[in-house]
Amino acid sequence: MVNLIWLGMIVFGILTAAANGNIEVVTRAALEGANNAVKTSLSLIAIITFWLGVMKLAEEAGIVSFLAGLVAPLLRLLFPSIPRDHPAMGAIIMNISANILGLGNAATPMGLIAMQEMQKLNRGDQRTATEAMCTFLALNTACITLIPTTIIGIRMLHGSADPTEVVGTTIFATACGMTVAVVADRVFRAIYSGPGRS
Amino acid sequence: MYSFIAELSRWAIPALLLMVPLVAMARGVKVFEVFVEGAEKGFSTAIKTIPYLVAMMVSINIFRASGAMEVLVSALSPALGLFGFPAELLPHAVMRPLSGGAALGIATDIIAAHGPDSLTGRLVSTMQGTSDTTFYVLTLYFGSVGVFRYRYAIYSGLAADLTTLIASVYIVNKLYA
Repeated sequence: MVNLIWLGMIVFGILTAAANGNIEVVTRAALEGANNAVKTSLSLIAIITFWLGVMKLAEEAGIVSFLAGLVAPLLRLLFPSIPRDHPAMGAIIMNISANILGLGNAATPMGLIAMQEMQKLNRGDQRTATEAMCTFLALNTACITLIPTTIIGIRMLHGSADPTEVVGTTIFATACGMTVAVVADRVFRAIYSGPGRS
Repeated sequence: MYSFIAELSRWAIPALLLMVPLVAMARGVKVFEVFVEGAEKGFSTAIKTIPYLVAMMVSINIFRASGAMEVLVSALSPALGLFGFPAELLPHAVMRPLSGGAALGIATDIIAAHGPDSLTGRLVSTMQGTSDTTFYVLTLYFGSVGVFRYRYAIYSGLAADLTTLIASVYIVNKLYA
């Protein structure tokens, strides 16, 4: 699927550019995209390094397993393949909390830590996503958001009478999305069950 | 309620940064050494994502800059109009899972043009706030551990995105139309 989308965007893009007579756009767009990607990765070095340090401290201090214990029943339901006291649980909790609070800068590194921990539990092909990873990503792309920080700032900038009124609609819509994410994940997991299939 | 949540999100990280080292210290953890030990892998983790992100962002950028996205938008427009979805928001809906920066740019333009408190302005604000850059998140998260067979993750992600979009249109129309 990802191969098809990837190729489709390139082929359709180049054909459109050719039809519009501005084929020179393609090369520039490709290099610009590559450049942005490298910049994004490089800018992640600082925050990932920082949060990896904090997470290691939290783990050694027993905070991670304490937090994991608090929401264990819920997480066990969502991630049956992850052992209760595994550090992956702690990172998942931290990532989801940061997402809910709209703290994108903290959420991403926590998410990457969670992925690394889940990869350690991957008993199958290391290049194929595990069920826990799929559940985690479904939750991540559709997470309940309490504070959409960026858009509130933009509404404020453009003179909204009540910049924060979108908080209610955001909570409603993300709650719907998250519910579907969990259900869809379950359904697809059943369809795809059997390791290594892609 | 909102101000409580806003305060909570303002304090969350500083409180965490105070609490974690203090608790660690109290438990006899050598805080500085352990922090460094954990942070060691930060560089390699970030660098590992480069090829995955380059691949994905090159493809997205060609799709966007060539005008192919507009072709897709105009093809989808009539169908979405039937559901009471304003056509001028379609570029945002299509762009949102692909590129966070581009979607934010579109949202900002729409808010500037229609006003933040118009129906369209409220809807695009909700759409921007509710969804994530699904393709970026998938590429980055899977890339950081070297996974490139995503199995069904992309389907559940997009199903959730679509639901969030429909729910946004529904609730904003219900409350403000």
